[in-house]
Amino acid sequence: MIETRIDRRFAKLKAEGRAAFVSYFMANDPDYDTSLKILKGLPGAGADVIEVGMPFTDPMADGAAIQAAGLRSLASGGSLRNTLKLISEFREGDNETPIVLMGYYNPVYAYGVEDFLKDAVKAGVDGLIIVDLPSEEDSELCIPAREAGINFIRLATPTTDEKRLPAVVNNSSGFLYYVSIAGTTGAAAPEPADVAKALERIRKATDLPIAVGFGIRRGDQAAEIAKIADAAVVGTALVERVANAASPDEAVSSVLELAKELSAGVQSVTKN
Amino acid sequence: MSQQLNTYRAGPDETGHFGIFGGQFVAETLMPLILELNDAYEEAKKDPAFAEQLSGLLKHYVGRESPLYFAERLTEHYGGAKIYLKREDLNHTGAHKINNCMGQILLAMRMGKKRIIAETGAGQHGVATATVAARFGLPCTIYMGETDIERQKPNVFRMKLMGAEVIPVKSGSRTLKDAMNEALRDWVTNVENTFYIIGTVAGPHPYPQLVRDFQNVIGEEVRRQIMEQEGRLPDALLACIGGGSNAMGLFHPFLDDEDIDIYGVEAAGEGLDKKHAASLKGGRPGVLHGNRTYLLQDEDGQIAEAHSISAGLDYPGIGPEHSWLNDIGRVNYVSATDQEALDAFQLCCELEGIIPALESSHALAYLEKLARDLPKDKIIVVNLSGRGDKDIFTVADALGVEL
Repeated sequence: MIETRIDRRFAKLKAEGRAAFVSYFMANDPDYDTSLKILKGLPGAGADVIEVGMPFTDPMADGAAIQAAGLRSLASGGSLRNTLKLISEFREGDNETPIVLMGYYNPVYAYGVEDFLKDAVKAGVDGLIIVDLPSEEDSELCIPAREAGINFIRLATPTTDEKRLPAVVNNSSGFLYYVSIAGTTGAAAPEPADVAKALERIRKATDLPIAVGFGIRRGDQAAEIAKIADAAVVGTALVERVANAASPDEAVSSVLELAKELSAGVQSVTKN
Repeated sequence: MSQQLNTYRAGPDETGHFGIFGGQFVAETLMPLILELNDAYEEAKKDPAFAEQLSGLLKHYVGRESPLYFAERLTEHYGGAKIYLKREDLNHTGAHKINNCMGQILLAMRMGKKRIIAETGAGQHGVATATVAARFGLPCTIYMGETDIERQKPNVFRMKLMGAEVIPVKSGSRTLKDAMNEALRDWVTNVENTFYIIGTVAGPHPYPQLVRDFQNVIGEEVRRQIMEQEGRLPDALLACIGGGSNAMGLFHPFLDDEDIDIYGVEAAGEGLDKKHAASLKGGRPGVLHGNRTYLLQDEDGQIAEAHSISAGLDYPGIGPEHSWLNDIGRVNYVSATDQEALDAFQLCCELEGIIPALESSHALAYLEKLARDLPKDKIIVVNLSGRGDKDIFTVADALGVEL
């Protein structure tokens, strides 16, 4: 398929000899303008790839923090349509940073897969992570997305055994997201040694860059992951900064402050 | 082969679909386990020892078969077709739910799982799950919406008496859909040792199929019983639908008898133009809880909150096979309001000395439209899916009576 901003970014970082910092936040949380400020600020705070959460009423693989973020987003008028608008506005000033939409299938299905892909390409979306679309359902969105030039990024988990791994890797593109523990988002951090062992196994099955997420909250933890993976993903800890902020302005500064700490952690590790 | 093409009973296909409905829309963490469950179920189906163990337990522990009872006074009241009630309310734990729980816990043990989880709305599935977990000595956690805990206190206490941990779910509408989200989160977290006993014909494949198969005992018994009592098959079948397991259990063995009219009654709540739980009449296809099916949702695909006086029907979706049967037109899906169900509840108490569950009262309510106009030589079978003792507080409240 066509080279995306994701492919270019990982190739560039590999040449530089460091891992990527992937940051997640929920679109329209707590409101449209604030989340646009967060999005615009993230590249400057060191985010190499940005995952944008698409709000959904029933996020059954997410923990309390991201559930609450989705509800805040929906309460202030969040929708798939205005998530795409957010990306479009961001793209006016940034044509380099890869954007990955992350969420659940029903809002996409309701939008209409064909219309969604057309509008997502137009908005400048590079990749999709759809939690409830395993490879068994590839014909729904994975294959059409690839044809439209959008990466379909799959999750591998501790339950993804040798037998299952080929199904997960097949049709994946952009990068592979290793969910380092069986659980919902926001769960406790895994042992880096266990993660390293799992990555060794996964690398035998794919040449895709591997991002590791779940449980990373601080710069030093991000650094640990950066040593063994191609990217460290942080979501819940950033989303909690929005929840705990006293004002929208504080939400922006507090999220970006943590993003800086996390990216510094990732960048402190040199490879090769 | 030609027979396969002429049957309504062959689904799902190998990918777990009934037409466009069904499928396996779950997080990757769960996929290996769901595939393993499918293999285990296929093996169990071929094992005569499994069938023998299950039927022994259904007979001696659950108390099957349940009677098919000629409701003489309800029949007189409507003055039309003969009305038979399939007395699932007389099963151990008071509803049809235990048929499925018994099957699933035997599967769980075959798979070597050490812990049971389940969601519940009215609490009937939670009670049935807690019951079989106690019977086989497995620890059990039940997720139940806070709203439902409030309106189904007796069932909560029953679960606790049998050693289950009941976890109140405070997210979303705090009803069945949210309990299912929370159960799925537990499962994702404890996937290695935990078996999730889903209570209705929904969820990722193979659940809609295996729950249906375990509930089919209802319709299979009705076939035999009505032949004994009337010497022929019924003319119409009637059952209430939330997720639709009691209805599927009654309907499925009759789907290929095309002369039989089949009616599934959804909960119309305060009315189809107001708050309700009628996914087929008021929703459109979408993806939730592992399957594609009709869902109550807004333009953006956000799931809407359902409403019904009956906690067991208070769900914004429906089993995928029902969605398919709706679209191909084999089953007529209709609805009854809270008020119609309440009226039918009281009528059944007064005329038959049977306190029906509020869920089942929705099926009874449709007799008002169906029974009167059918001639006296016609036969209707209604699935009385559960007993109503659990609902007396809700009913008293609705009638303005203080207990």
